[in-house]
Amino acid sequence: MPEPLLDVADLTVDYLTDAADVRAVDRVSFTVGPGEFLGIVGESGCGKSTLLFGVAQLLSPPGEVTGGQVVFRGQDMVRLGREELRHIRWRDYSVVMQSAMNALNPMKSIGAQFKDTLEAHGSMSAGEIRQRSVEVLKLVGIDAAHLKSYPHQLSGGMRQRAMIAMALLYTPQLVIMDEPTSALDVVAQRSLMSKIKDLQRDLGFAIIFVTHDMSVVSRYSDRVLVMYAGQIAEAARTDAMFERPLHPYSRGLLNAFPSVRGPRRELVGIPGAPPDLARPPSGCRFAPRCSEVMPACLTRAPELFAVGDAEVRCLLYAEDVKKAV
Amino acid sequence: MTTDASASEISVSDGTSTVEVKRPPGRFLRVVLRNRKATAGAVILLVMVFVAAFPGLIAPYDPQATRFPPNLLPSSAHLLGTTQIGQDVLSQLIWSTRLTLVVTLVVSVIATFLSMIVGVTAAYAGGITDRVLTLVIDVFLILPVLPLLILLAAYLPPGVSSLIIVLCITSWAFQARQLRSQGLSIRNRDFLVAARVRGERPLYIILVEIVPTMTSLLAASFLGLAVYVVGFAASLQFLGLGNSGELMWGTMLYNAQQAAALEAGNPWWALAPGAAVALLGAGFALLNYAFDEIGNPALRPVKRRRRARASA
Amino acid sequence: MRYLTRRIGLFLVTLWAALTVNFIIPRVMPGNEATAVLGTFRNVNPAALHALEIQFGVNVHQNVLVSYLEYLRNCLTGQFGVTAQGVPVMSEIMSKLPWTLGLVGVTTVIAFVIGTVAGVASAWWRGGRMDAILPPTLFIVSSIPVFFVGLLLIYVFAVRLDWLPLGSNYSIGATPSFSISFIWDVLKHALLPALSLVIVTAGLWVYSMRNNMITTIAEDYVKTGRAKGLADRRIMFDYAGRNAILPNLTGFAMQLGYVLGGAIVIEYLFSYPGLGYLFYTASTEHDLPLMQGLFLVYTLAVLICVLIADLLTAVLDPRTREA
Repeated sequence: MPEPLLDVADLTVDYLTDAADVRAVDRVSFTVGPGEFLGIVGESGCGKSTLLFGVAQLLSPPGEVTGGQVVFRGQDMVRLGREELRHIRWRDYSVVMQSAMNALNPMKSIGAQFKDTLEAHGSMSAGEIRQRSVEVLKLVGIDAAHLKSYPHQLSGGMRQRAMIAMALLYTPQLVIMDEPTSALDVVAQRSLMSKIKDLQRDLGFAIIFVTHDMSVVSRYSDRVLVMYAGQIAEAARTDAMFERPLHPYSRGLLNAFPSVRGPRRELVGIPGAPPDLARPPSGCRFAPRCSEVMPACLTRAPELFAVGDAEVRCLLYAEDVKKAV
Repeated sequence: MTTDASASEISVSDGTSTVEVKRPPGRFLRVVLRNRKATAGAVILLVMVFVAAFPGLIAPYDPQATRFPPNLLPSSAHLLGTTQIGQDVLSQLIWSTRLTLVVTLVVSVIATFLSMIVGVTAAYAGGITDRVLTLVIDVFLILPVLPLLILLAAYLPPGVSSLIIVLCITSWAFQARQLRSQGLSIRNRDFLVAARVRGERPLYIILVEIVPTMTSLLAASFLGLAVYVVGFAASLQFLGLGNSGELMWGTMLYNAQQAAALEAGNPWWALAPGAAVALLGAGFALLNYAFDEIGNPALRPVKRRRRARASA
Repeated sequence: MRYLTRRIGLFLVTLWAALTVNFIIPRVMPGNEATAVLGTFRNVNPAALHALEIQFGVNVHQNVLVSYLEYLRNCLTGQFGVTAQGVPVMSEIMSKLPWTLGLVGVTTVIAFVIGTVAGVASAWWRGGRMDAILPPTLFIVSSIPVFFVGLLLIYVFAVRLDWLPLGSNYSIGATPSFSISFIWDVLKHALLPALSLVIVTAGLWVYSMRNNMITTIAEDYVKTGRAKGLADRRIMFDYAGRNAILPNLTGFAMQLGYVLGGAIVIEYLFSYPGLGYLFYTASTEHDLPLMQGLFLVYTLAVLICVLIADLLTAVLDPRTREA
């Protein structure tokens, strides 16, 4: 098996505040191989965006990485010095944020924002900078004239594409995306996603894609991580998970999304709300809302159990429990 | 600017991702006490209120009595010395607290109330009324305050009531914009629509339904205004306007300046009331600053705690 | 473009409002202050006296509206009447203007620079020592009335230490010239007044700049800047700082009114013969025409600065050009 591009081990992110310390990401581990498309799904507040920023080393106070490793191309980014980290930013991995309207500097033109990136990492002549900027814009289907445009002058879809173009300035090996399609209408979403997939195929970069939209994940990702309350609930290959979700939460998520083509069935949501992470419960975090809860679930916090190719954090799959049942 | 500080839930975020932290209600008092600035400000104000309420208990002499030798330096008998006509400075300072505080509070309350009425009416009425009122507010905000104060005071007889009137005229617009924004943001909430449907009159809706939701913003406005009122009142009296012999710190400052106290070697006569004004202003300012922090967690002091990093 | 027309509109409306305030006040205030004051005027240019009578409504038997229009016409032609000494109001003001302009102008620029740099720096290095001490200290210092700062400075530096002169704008007996010694004299006299103003103004500005910076830093595009690997200083100024200042340029200009008010008190305290001192003496002598002329000039000064700030914002912030 080839060396993973990204190896996250036991990553823990805490928010250190006056009121309480909140563990938003609790010992999360996963790997991403070269060219792989990894989807991370979960409801709001489950910690997926925090996880993303923890991996990308973009947390701001009061958020802080308090444990674990993020080994990217052999280097642990958590322990990397500021200057070295700055050096690999954008060249080896880049980030696409949720709302381009907020993520692009409103006072600078698109071209200027491309330019300062290119200038920050090496000396290119003005001509080379312009050439590269035009190139990446062409990749996403934006006319070169828009280098002079300001973010507010572009449509929502164009802005997101401009952000993606910017992320590809150095053709990095990993692109981290935080819900880049949430701010778009369905048609623009579809067009953007297929564009992203095309680019991935042509340029060969890996993608970590955070979203709450199961349909996007099912269609485009190779593997999927389901997060709940700061922990990984299930990690599996996409086709396997959608065919046979293992964790009760994953099942609940899939049941809550209608299928356009499948038989008509009743939509079932998941009752209840996620736990307060300032005071996490002992035992399984999903137990209060689980349709298959067992007495042991309330006192014993499950670890991740291997089930074939996948991993599940559920006592249903614990060896001793399985035998007992 | 500020949100309802008694909310029982706060969102912790670093700007992009948020995590909900639930707090039991009723911890407001403890939060205030934990914030050092709020405590300091509250202590200062409480002391002032006490001195204003019971000056007779603390002041050593009758503030108006002129039987002492003039221009004395501080001594054990006269901790802050005496004035040019032989009055004890300390006693004057203590007895002046009451009127100074009363004037400040009266003006702040009236001005905040006016601000609120105009701001919320503008937000609620919308349309032309809103445009006109906003224009009026903007105009008043640009007009320079002290020049206007001086101009108005020149026409009125000197005295405390004139002082209060001119201060209200120049301060009412101060917070009107913020209150209007808040009003705009809740204008279309369900409970207001319900009140309209019930047929309640607009004034009722404004006073009984809208205003109670803005209590923390009103409190913050009041505090912010008080800081300025303290300074402007004293400055105006320092220049000799609005005085007619009442016992206020500003009047003391005026008298001291007229007698060239600083140069004449009797500095405390001028510095003491000045320091008192500064202290009162600082008390309000501290509370105001703390209110900003409590309402907007992003502004709070950030703790940089170095935790030992767990290895993989 | 619509942004600019709106701001110019506000400029004109406020100017008109200030002129109208000057017209209304004498008529609305109780008592007959104006009549008494104008009665003391002797040996006054008749045209000027007539203009004043129209402005104040004294000895005038016309419809108020007619008086109002005539008054406005007088203002537009520069006829603001005369002071109690018979000197035209505007020329009196113009002679004192440069001193205040120098004092306030220099002070504002210095305060702006200090305030911006300190505000940006303290917000950028949150949790550092600078952030813990500087903002609350400056906020409190800026809530101290400016005259107290002045009093303290006078007491410490002029009375006790005797390092700097006590008042006025240059030493008695010195003849104004452009010589180094005279300029040095002027600077020495201006130092304490300027320092008082700078302390208070910079304090205000640091606080608001820091708060805006903190909000800006939390914005996503600053995070993107970090993600792109831009140098810290680049992000601090080019992404965060610039975006934090611009929306507040107009607010800063509006604070000028407060600074001008503070300058009045300071000039009185230091016997510095600028517009502020003129305003003070006018108020003690009940020279209403002079006071109203000064009020107008002060308002105009603030309005011009606000307009300049609006223009700058329109030029520098691309978002306003579309609106």
